[in-house]
Amino acid sequence: MNPFQFTRVTTPQAAVSTISKTAGTYFLAGGTNLIDLIKREVIIPEQLVDITKLPLAAIEKTSSGIRIGAMAKNSAVADHELIKKHFPLLSMALNAGASAQLRNMATVGGNMMQRTRCSYFYDNSMPCNKRGPVQSGPDKGQPNGPGGCGAIGGSNRMHAIFGASAKCIAVHPSDMCIALAALDATVNITGPKGDRSISFTEFHRLPGDIPQKDNTLAPAELITSVDLPTNAFAEHSYYLKVRDRASYAFALVSVGVGLEMKGKIIQQARLAMGGVAHKPWRLSEAEQFLKGKEASEFNFKQAATLAMASAKGYGENDFKLTLAPNSIVEALQIATENA
Amino acid sequence: MKKETKNPAIDRVDGRMKVTGGAKYFADFDLPDLAYCVIVGSEIARGILTGIDTKKAVSAPGVVGVFTHLNMPPIPGWDMPVSGQSDGGKPKPATEETYRILSSPKILFDGQPVAMVVADTFERATYAASLIKATYNKQSARTSLEKNIEKQVTPKGGDYKRGEAEAYESSVVKLEADYKIPIEVHNPMELHGITAHWTGKQQLMIYAKTQGVNATQQAMAQAFQVDPENIRVHTEFMGGGFGMGLRTWPQETAVVAIAKKVGRPVKLVMNRSQMFTMVGHRPYTVQTIQIGADQDGKLVAINHAATAETASYEDFTEATVNMTRFMYACPNVSTRYRLVRLDRSVPIWMRGPGEATGAFALESAMDEMAHKLKLDPIAFRLLNYTQTDPEHDRPYSSKHLKEAYERGAEAIGWKNRKSEPGMLREGNSFVGYGMSTGVFNAFRWEASARVILSSDGSLVIQSAVTDIGPGTGTALTMIAHNVLGVPFNRIKVQYGDTSLPKAPTQGGSAIVSAVGSAVFDACSKVKNELFALALKDGGALAGRQPTELTLSDGVVAVEKEPGKKVAVDVLMKSSQLTKIEKDADSKGSPDLEKYSMYSFSVHFVKVKVNPLTGAVRVIKAVSVADSGRIISPKTAASQMIGGVAGGIGMALTEEAVIDHRFGRFVNNNLADYHVAVHADVPAIETIFIDKPDPVINPMGAKGMGEIALIGFAGAVANAVFNATGQRIRELPITPDKVMRKMV
Ligand SMILES: Cc1cc2nc3c(=O)[nH]c(=O)nc-3n(C[C@H](O)[C@H](O)[C@H](O)COP(=O)(O)OP(=O)(O)OC[C@H]3O[C@@H](n4cnc5c(N)ncnc54)[C@H](O)[C@@H]3O)c2cc1C
Ligand code: SF4
Repeated sequence: MNPFQFTRVTTPQAAVSTISKTAGTYFLAGGTNLIDLIKREVIIPEQLVDITKLPLAAIEKTSSGIRIGAMAKNSAVADHELIKKHFPLLSMALNAGASAQLRNMATVGGNMMQRTRCSYFYDNSMPCNKRGPVQSGPDKGQPNGPGGCGAIGGSNRMHAIFGASAKCIAVHPSDMCIALAALDATVNITGPKGDRSISFTEFHRLPGDIPQKDNTLAPAELITSVDLPTNAFAEHSYYLKVRDRASYAFALVSVGVGLEMKGKIIQQARLAMGGVAHKPWRLSEAEQFLKGKEASEFNFKQAATLAMASAKGYGENDFKLTLAPNSIVEALQIATENA
Repeated sequence: MKKETKNPAIDRVDGRMKVTGGAKYFADFDLPDLAYCVIVGSEIARGILTGIDTKKAVSAPGVVGVFTHLNMPPIPGWDMPVSGQSDGGKPKPATEETYRILSSPKILFDGQPVAMVVADTFERATYAASLIKATYNKQSARTSLEKNIEKQVTPKGGDYKRGEAEAYESSVVKLEADYKIPIEVHNPMELHGITAHWTGKQQLMIYAKTQGVNATQQAMAQAFQVDPENIRVHTEFMGGGFGMGLRTWPQETAVVAIAKKVGRPVKLVMNRSQMFTMVGHRPYTVQTIQIGADQDGKLVAINHAATAETASYEDFTEATVNMTRFMYACPNVSTRYRLVRLDRSVPIWMRGPGEATGAFALESAMDEMAHKLKLDPIAFRLLNYTQTDPEHDRPYSSKHLKEAYERGAEAIGWKNRKSEPGMLREGNSFVGYGMSTGVFNAFRWEASARVILSSDGSLVIQSAVTDIGPGTGTALTMIAHNVLGVPFNRIKVQYGDTSLPKAPTQGGSAIVSAVGSAVFDACSKVKNELFALALKDGGALAGRQPTELTLSDGVVAVEKEPGKKVAVDVLMKSSQLTKIEKDADSKGSPDLEKYSMYSFSVHFVKVKVNPLTGAVRVIKAVSVADSGRIISPKTAASQMIGGVAGGIGMALTEEAVIDHRFGRFVNNNLADYHVAVHADVPAIETIFIDKPDPVINPMGAKGMGEIALIGFAGAVANAVFNATGQRIRELPITPDKVMRKMV
């Protein structure tokens, strides 16, 4: 391992002022993704700023909903009474992720910032456009392994069917983020230029020509919290995760659903999918379509068809073109029945 | 207690030690001045290493040595003839290529070691290893079996045929189907490795992860031209083997050579991704089965062909097609087994080895045929049941498979099964039942043991055999207890060390039979001596016959005369004995040749399948073993449960994926290579027929490690068919293969 600078900070201000704006500098939260990447030399850090002592772990009521601190542990959020009662979708999504041990370490901010699980990204000897140049040490500035996208034409069973580019077809692996995207969350950020907030669906980005960039966070910016607005979806929420084993596997496809119902009629629908895109994939057309419609298999299939309009397979992941709409229907059905 | 009596369920004798950290595994042994070795593996699967820059690594902090093909110390015995099961890393007779670790710039497989770095700490060795830069002249790698299938070769052992080859074609009802299993990797929790310590010029101490200390001793003796007496190998416990420790791997031999060169003990612990390329795997295998039957369901013909991958540098073969030869009464049978040599590291047996691969195909095909014939799958098997082995034309030593079918069917609720698929639903899901048979050789290998009875009534059992987790110590304790009546808590088992009496490698489900018999014989000698002491002139029970005596709880007694008895300690003291020590070498009598000895199993599963998401869940599993007398019911049940967990992995989740453009694995870690987790494994019911085999050994016990897994994957595939009507012939049965287009 290359030597790097390690600093522990106790205030968000110190975190932002301590971390350098250059590449190769990282906040260290639960470490469950960052440390793995360092061990695999996908990331060779210059500086780590330990933020585990920041007072940002609270989960509290606000005038418009609930605020979850960026340092709150995944397990603490999932088990919190307010979350279970008002945002069961988030609780379900978190509990569908990783393992109990990992959820006890992982933080909300770290979960949002976790990198893709694309196998090529993790193996420096394989082509990948996402890794970017070596950020530290004797090889600084040189490419970290061959360029190109290994997954295109290769093993892409886990990869994207929406919004991919010729440079990268990776997916964002988070379950939690699917729920947050569906639930209209807002991300609160502090940075060298002060505080700002952005909508959760604008936090992550599509790969386009810059697959190295997963999201819109600027250098040295720190996620401080996530806000969830009050909603009426709690009674009809469901997180469906289809995966290769019953637990402890990333989603092939996942669907987060929140429905506001009056009798059999859907007043409002929220739908987001995981395992299908470089960012949590919100199904706006399907939501629009379902608004005011009866909750029926026929309508669910229509909604699923609409949702799939722009989908494209890359070979091994072609099955997702079937699995994704099937899963949308299944999740909607279960959410309707939940009460 | 006799062969005729069932054994009590006692706790695992080393259980407490294992869960409290008292059991020492190879990597737990710390030695003064220990250095650490880290392997740098090739990043290509075929080609030539054109350069390897080790300068930075050599001068990195703490580095003791950096070894490549340019400076690897010689291993004098590479080219010596092979003996025993382990071969010291020397390849078997030439195939296309020769592989010797760090001996040439030629790259024959992904992950092949190109450098071994030794430093004073593991972290420093790891860092130095990261500084090594290798350059390659890359050649296109042949890693796909399908793409290279025309290059298949026929290994030794040949094809098998009885009856007419054309019988299949002329059968009234015919079925032909292709089955495929992917590469599976053992992936035990404990990482592989070795610690080598030259304690003198010709004196070697080894702590290894091996399933056989004697085999490792033999291999190293051959490789380094040292008298085996001067090599001590210690592997008391293994954190899971599943077959990967059945040979001495080249990197182990290399560590021994390097330890000699650097003049201090060296430890290697490989990392998880290296576990995919350097310690074997279950080979990718494609199979075709043809079954012909008459209208009533009597089998007319079975043809079974299998083609498996192996390395360019070594032919690895296993018994994939063998079960088909003797499992059912069928007049015309042919089997065919081929290998395709690929640019891959060599496979090795993985639990249930080739038989598990073959059983998946045969037992899936039997299910398909039963469906075609509109017969219940069990009824179809019973219709073609055989009580004599049709391959060797001799009786089975014991076979209670009919009873196993019955009891398993009862336990799973087979009567609830519908013969037409897709008829049972629970909510949105389909429910189905499946079953499959498993079979594996019951061996009686040669083994030795020593037992020492002390006058305080305690007993020590000694044998070199390694415990890889099945409960060997518990079984040996039970066997000794049954002969000598010593209470369980007064028995201690010492094993896993070449300083103890020689034992075979822990494998082939053979250890209870082999080492157990040696313990039985040694204990019997002790008992005979005690009886002789009691019966001798002037002895406490003089005048009686040995057959009148019993021995239990430290007392020799006359069976029919209560009160006529003498305590063992009194007996020994009166003869000035502080201990009685007996050795036994045990092997089966030539009479065993008259029988076919096999263990049988039947697996039943109930599955739930979501047709929209394709998710398959095993919701109940029942495994029945017909493996003779069960020596240790609790650890035997654990074996069966482990077999089911492994079987669920094989059926539903496990697959090591290669990107053939690079010839490299893409999921070589435990996050992406999916072994079954708790949530995948339901409540499991284990049933033992528990009837002694009359001939195999004095305990009447046959092995059961392999049959716990063999057949299980077929049962799941059959249940998925029963649930959904979809026949999945390619493992693992992942959601994409099962889901149906709904939208
Ligand atoms: C084997 C395995 C299986 C997994 N399975 C799943 C799964 O099924 N579903 C799932 O959703 N996830 C899964 N995960 C991923 C897990 O959820 C993430 O590793 C975890 O959420 C990351 O959180 P962390 O606090 O440990 O982040 P760290 O590893 O500490 O950090 C990750 C990144 O976030 C950055 N970061 C952290 N906090 C902040 C902040 N406040 N502001 C700005 N940047 C920040 C860090 O600089 C780093 O770049 C799995 C992980 C593993 C190892
Ligand atoms: S999909 Fe993206 S992360 Fe994966 S290899 Fe291609 S560029 Fe790299």
